[in-house]
Amino acid sequence: MKLSEFITAKGYKSNPRRLMEDLIHLIFLVLGLVAVGSVLVITIYLVVSGLPAIFKIGPIEFLFGTRWASTASEPAFGILPFILTSIYGTAGAIIIGVPIGFFAAVFLAKMAPKRVREVMELCIGVLAGIPSVVYGLVGMTILVPGIRVLFGVPDGATLFAAIIVLAVMILPSVINVSLTAIQAVPREYEEASLALGATAVETYFRVTVPAAKSGIFTAIVLGIGRAIGEAMAIMMVAGNVANMPSLFSSVRFLTTAVASEMSYSSGLQREALFSIALVLFLFIMIINAILNMLKTGGEKK
Amino acid sequence: MKKIIMIMLVAALAMTAVFASGASEESATVSTDGSTSMEQVILSLAEQYMADNPGVNVTYNPTGSGTGITAALEGRCDIGLSSRALKDDEIAGGLTQTIVALDGIAIIVNADNPVSDLSIDQIYGLFTGEITNWSEVGGSDAPVVPVGREAGSGTRDGFESITGTEDICKYSQELTSTGAVITAVSQNPGAIGYASLASNLESVKTLTVEGVAPSEATVQSGEYLIQRPFVFATSSSTPLSAAAQAFFDYCTSADAASIIAGAGAVPVVQ
Repeated sequence: MKLSEFITAKGYKSNPRRLMEDLIHLIFLVLGLVAVGSVLVITIYLVVSGLPAIFKIGPIEFLFGTRWASTASEPAFGILPFILTSIYGTAGAIIIGVPIGFFAAVFLAKMAPKRVREVMELCIGVLAGIPSVVYGLVGMTILVPGIRVLFGVPDGATLFAAIIVLAVMILPSVINVSLTAIQAVPREYEEASLALGATAVETYFRVTVPAAKSGIFTAIVLGIGRAIGEAMAIMMVAGNVANMPSLFSSVRFLTTAVASEMSYSSGLQREALFSIALVLFLFIMIINAILNMLKTGGEKK
Repeated sequence: MKKIIMIMLVAALAMTAVFASGASEESATVSTDGSTSMEQVILSLAEQYMADNPGVNVTYNPTGSGTGITAALEGRCDIGLSSRALKDDEIAGGLTQTIVALDGIAIIVNADNPVSDLSIDQIYGLFTGEITNWSEVGGSDAPVVPVGREAGSGTRDGFESITGTEDICKYSQELTSTGAVITAVSQNPGAIGYASLASNLESVKTLTVEGVAPSEATVQSGEYLIQRPFVFATSSSTPLSAAAQAFFDYCTSADAASIIAGAGAVPVVQ
């Protein structure tokens, strides 16, 4: 079809406003596709550059090997220490961060006087906006020496330090999402409970919180997602040695394994770093899938 | 962060290489390949040389000393860069080595650490975990916390190869920059680390090794032991192209000394 025929068929000549409309639609479509395209490019690139090394090293040896020595004369590429560290670190951050965040949300939603609430919400907003390198810097200069003195360990740059930093970092998202969930519970539920003679606190924990359950789960999964993907802050406090994780040893996460060696890497080492990134990517995909399931589950109710 | 900037610089350099070669017919290319530790030195030299000699392009491929030597041997680059002296069989294979600079690595401890001198053997023991308490080397009763660089780092490679601790260091922390190592050492009374002599070592205590304090003079004279040469490896049989020879001459001339020093290494010619 020639351009002139196309213009006539669409009726642009008689109606220039339609041309404008369609043009804008087209531009918006292209802009929307930028996001889709980025995801596709990243996914394809990661799979293409991450898979070969896994097969060169051997999937079992790669995923379950406990020794990582990428530049040794006899290199070993086992990433089990990184996987376990990421899981332990995230779990630790959730165990510490979620109760704090959750109770803070209940307090903010139900008990806090207006002034206190305003100040606290402002603080949480600021906390959410702090760049992760600042968390790392503060962790490095205060937390790491603090842990060394407090627990009498030779070096404070440990899994424990990373857990504390991650726990603080996930607080804002846990608090905000739980807060929204709690506030979304219909007032009538609580009034009914109060009218039946329950105290205020009983009402919050027996009625409000169960009703906001799915939102609170969403908060936890969001926290997991944030914690497992964090690199900068924990690189500065975790010590980055490829040990099997224990609370007071220096550890390396999946994210920091990629970040710390990428700049000077070459050959199979570099390919293996892409494979680690691929494993991390799969972890995050799984977490996102769970998040989506929770969200749709919540909406059905 | 610094590395990212460096990578971008290299990328920018590669880009200019593409454009420059298209723009001018007279342009000649000098290709260098090898040691990542020599990155700052070679990039500073290349930058200054290209500014002085428009139309000449100096490229740098950061692959590692071993790859650089092989590339020079196989004629895939003009100048191979190695941050260690060439082995006898490499010279027998047809390579000539020219030392353009020296790199001193300082051994640093916390400012409160009473130890001020260590032997190479003691450094070996401290980093490999054979010595776990500072009292064993004349210090106070405190656990030893070895702090090092990440795998692949030129400083780590240099330190480990000089002290014979390749792949057997038991680090407590592996950090990704010299600054981070210095910060970690300055905060932990039991820490020991290493850093390039050119870095700012004010917040930590620099040790003497076998009684010799690291300085430009002691590195040049060879008295300070924790040092390594930065070597240009060139083919003994095939002469360099005119452009490559000119760049080579520039790098080994006295003019280049201040640039080498500015890039954190110790020049051999004054």
